[in-house]
Amino acid sequence: MNTIQEMFQVWSMLERMLAFVLLAPLLGGLIAGIDRRVSARFQGRYGPPVLQPFYDVLKLFRKERIIVNRFQNFTMVLFLIFTIFSGALFFAGADLLLTIFSLALAGTFFVLGGFCVGSPYSHLGAEREIIQQVAYEPMVILMAVGMYQVTGSFKVSVIAQYQSPLILYLPGVFAGFLYILTIKFRKSPFDLSMSHHAHQEIVRGMTTEFSGPTLALIEIAHWYENVMLLGMVYLFFAFNPWLGIGIALLTYLFEIFIDMNYARFKWQLTFGSSWLFTAVAGVSNIIVLGLMKI
Amino acid sequence: MGWFKRSPWILHYNATSCNGCDIEVIVSLTPLYDLERFGIINTGNPKHADILAVTGSVNEKSRQVLINLYEQMPNPKVIVAVGLCAISGCVFQDCYNVMGGVDKVLPVDVYVPGCAARPEAIIDGVLKACEILEEKYSQQKKIQSRLAKI
Amino acid sequence: MNALIFLILFPLFISLLALFLPRALPGRKVIGTIANAVLCAVPIYLLFATLDQGPSYFRLESGLINIGMLVLEVLIAAYIIYLSVRAKRYLPVILVVVQLVTMLGFEFSYGHSIQVEHSMFLDKFSIIMALIVGIIGSAICLYGFGYMPEYHEHHPEVKDRRNYFAFLMYLFLSAMFGIIFSNNLMWLFFFWEVTTLCSFLLIGYRDDKASRDSAFRALNMNLIGGVVFAFGIVILFVSSRTMELDKLLLLDQGVVLLPAVCFAFAGLAKSAQFPFSSWLTGAMVAPTPVSALLHSSTMVKAGVYLILRVSPVMENTVAAQMLTLIGGVSFLVTALIAISQSNAKKVLAYSTISNLGLIVACAGVNTDAAVWSALLLIIFHAVAKSLLFLCVGIIEYKLGSRDIEDMDFLIMRLPKLTAVMMIGMAGMFLAPFGMIISKFVTLKAFINTNPVMAIILAYGSAATIFFWTKWMGKIISIRHGETEVREHEVSNWEWTTLGILAVATVAVCIAFPFISFHVIDPYLMQLFNTVPVVDTFNILIVFVIMFGLLIILPLGLFYYAFINKDYKRVGTYLGGGNISNITYEGAMESSQPIQIKNYYLEKYFGEERLFYIGVFVSLTLIFIMFGVTAI
Repeated sequence: MNTIQEMFQVWSMLERMLAFVLLAPLLGGLIAGIDRRVSARFQGRYGPPVLQPFYDVLKLFRKERIIVNRFQNFTMVLFLIFTIFSGALFFAGADLLLTIFSLALAGTFFVLGGFCVGSPYSHLGAEREIIQQVAYEPMVILMAVGMYQVTGSFKVSVIAQYQSPLILYLPGVFAGFLYILTIKFRKSPFDLSMSHHAHQEIVRGMTTEFSGPTLALIEIAHWYENVMLLGMVYLFFAFNPWLGIGIALLTYLFEIFIDMNYARFKWQLTFGSSWLFTAVAGVSNIIVLGLMKI
Repeated sequence: MGWFKRSPWILHYNATSCNGCDIEVIVSLTPLYDLERFGIINTGNPKHADILAVTGSVNEKSRQVLINLYEQMPNPKVIVAVGLCAISGCVFQDCYNVMGGVDKVLPVDVYVPGCAARPEAIIDGVLKACEILEEKYSQQKKIQSRLAKI
Repeated sequence: MNALIFLILFPLFISLLALFLPRALPGRKVIGTIANAVLCAVPIYLLFATLDQGPSYFRLESGLINIGMLVLEVLIAAYIIYLSVRAKRYLPVILVVVQLVTMLGFEFSYGHSIQVEHSMFLDKFSIIMALIVGIIGSAICLYGFGYMPEYHEHHPEVKDRRNYFAFLMYLFLSAMFGIIFSNNLMWLFFFWEVTTLCSFLLIGYRDDKASRDSAFRALNMNLIGGVVFAFGIVILFVSSRTMELDKLLLLDQGVVLLPAVCFAFAGLAKSAQFPFSSWLTGAMVAPTPVSALLHSSTMVKAGVYLILRVSPVMENTVAAQMLTLIGGVSFLVTALIAISQSNAKKVLAYSTISNLGLIVACAGVNTDAAVWSALLLIIFHAVAKSLLFLCVGIIEYKLGSRDIEDMDFLIMRLPKLTAVMMIGMAGMFLAPFGMIISKFVTLKAFINTNPVMAIILAYGSAATIFFWTKWMGKIISIRHGETEVREHEVSNWEWTTLGILAVATVAVCIAFPFISFHVIDPYLMQLFNTVPVVDTFNILIVFVIMFGLLIILPLGLFYYAFINKDYKRVGTYLGGGNISNITYEGAMESSQPIQIKNYYLEKYFGEERLFYIGVFVSLTLIFIMFGVTAI
């Protein structure tokens, strides 16, 4: 039962970072493939093979490189680099807030890519991406705050090895985090800016002007990010590693379920409901914890 | 390696069709016929697409749009003409405003007959287009490597 | 001590030179440049000369100076009364008269019994402020040499009073140094009022209706602050016979709490926190150097400077909590309002108030970590914000508009300026720049003491991401086709200043461990006897990101601009209706240009609604703050 914790302690930070950088895309792609398969089954179809995302990415790398302006691909390269960096920081056990801010930096590069092409669809997608980021940012920060209040540290390594179940102290924060996780995974009802494959939103939203290898890089970056987000879900249940992993996977299945059941919200509803839900669930939890300490 | 065969993305364009073939194309994506099990996705964006599925006999307005869309698609790409109107204009062939089929404007690779073309035929046509896609890619690579040697 | 007196008197001398030397004199700009260089050099010298020393206090024979200040105060009051009566506004008259009567009455009743041991002092915080005023102030004056000619070209209807403008700018710098180095509260008050006067006259430089309205609003609000400041001084002396800032901090809280709250109130007015924020947003009608100098990096910093100085007195009181909340409310509400603004200078103004609110909140919390991050916020904000104001000033004249919506494709029209602006904007909210470090530490400081503030910070930083990213995206959009590049028209004075400030933004982030260890920590040690423990691993990560960006960005841009040739250019996706690079086919075969606009969300974050909420909440908090103290 404690093999994961032992692994965590025995592997040095560098080894963990390396493991993340190499294994996360494989894991992320697999999760994406399972996602498509399960969604298809929900809809009564067969669905693509589980390895389909890998096929997609490999095909995209073979396409001709076309561009609208010379610098758009650079922004996506930066997005990928900083997403990998944030994820590596997270699994290395560094400060959670710093990881969040680093991820915000990656997100900013993503949005700037959408803006710099100067196309109406891309621009609208980028604006909606900013709205999405603004919608989930408070909750993500409050999650870090909540974890600090319970464990006394922002470091992921300390939080991951905390013996008491965090979920008992942070139920509201967890609920709020689940709500915005739908935004971060880009699932209905919150897939405003660029949607997964078969769903279209403003044509392709932010990724309208990106194609070929750059699109593949965006896809891979999203895989890294998904693995990191599941890691954050794991933290809530870190006292029992297998339970943590199980809940993380269950969470993803839950997200798929929500995806299948809801149509896309308007951006006003997304924005408003996220901030409101954050306030009700997250803030109340934080305040209760604050009062408990006194 | 056959990645194009496993993950072809379609851009579907209606060039003055009556919508019959369009409905059949979209129906192919529904659970009954399920194109997605071949990894096929209907994207709305030419920059993401490999296959351009065109329905309808082309007229002046859609001619320019078709050319725009075709130019924005990255290589390798194939064109599938779905339905008799896209193949030759069918009963509208001699109309003054109709060009008479997609191949008057763009190089078509696969013709899918029918009015409206049946989903099974469309799936068949798209899968054939995937094979052609693979061939185009390997030819492209051969040419590139020969150019590199020069 | 001579350096301190020099720093106060030298700009005064330069200002008089600026006023009286004829404009046609060729050496004017040379004198100005040398003066600016000196003003930069002396604070740097002070930094390194006193690096290992603690705070020093200086005695000055002040009888004559006090009388001189009193006379000048009467003259200033008379001048303000004259200008107000001439403009038929009577509120300033009442305020000035109240203030004058208070001070004169105080002086005549108690003047002979005031004994000041040390009139001036210098500690690490003063050095930080002096560096900001010296370097940024002189850089902005340098910018003014290039900017003012263009200003008058664009506004031929404004009377050309450039001598007077330069006079006021340098007088203001002199007064700022006075505020920073004064230990004697009467002197501080005098310099404070001089800055109010300078701000009033500079905002009204243009002398049209909008400027006069804004100038008088600024005057009224700052005078309200000044009146309360005066009351504070009187109450302080009557209850405790002290007139010195350092002694104030040593006295018993019960005695000095009310004066401290009065001073904090004056600081709130000067820093344009709610309910006083409207003077700052109105002051944006002034020429850009005024906005950059007074209203973003120096004068408003004087307000938070005072609050930070007196906040140790207010520790652990309800008043301090109210102060924190006022800061927090200002921070959050102005960040939200900024989302709905499309006037670039207004966005910058609201962003300034927002950051100052955060500093005020840190001052209210008053732990070592909070004050550490407050000082860092002051430094980083001053540098980045002044840079942004100066850039917007140039853009205004090259594009003919201050509206963000007109800044499409700026990177093609003014590439180097856009690059500099991106540095400034990144400095305001992105990792690895300074603000994020400060926000990071501020969050940690708040959680331990006041979770509500942590929540406000979470929402507020989300709001700041919104308006900065939106603006950044607007200016880096690129399109095909020819665009007119007008960058050659920017003068060398302006480029030099922008260069200095851009380098400073980056340098301050890289140097921040040095600043923290050698300058901020000693100050905190003196105040709290502890210093916040900074996690070296985090600092390492920040530096890795910083240097990573510094290396990858230029390399990547170079690669993609010149080396990478393996691509094919196509048009943007417009549903297949592309006609040319910038038009598409619309209805009835018309050719429509592509237009791209940002979201402003006016219905949710509109200025009116949120403004009233902010004013209402902050007024309530102020009443509680004073009420609790007075009882």
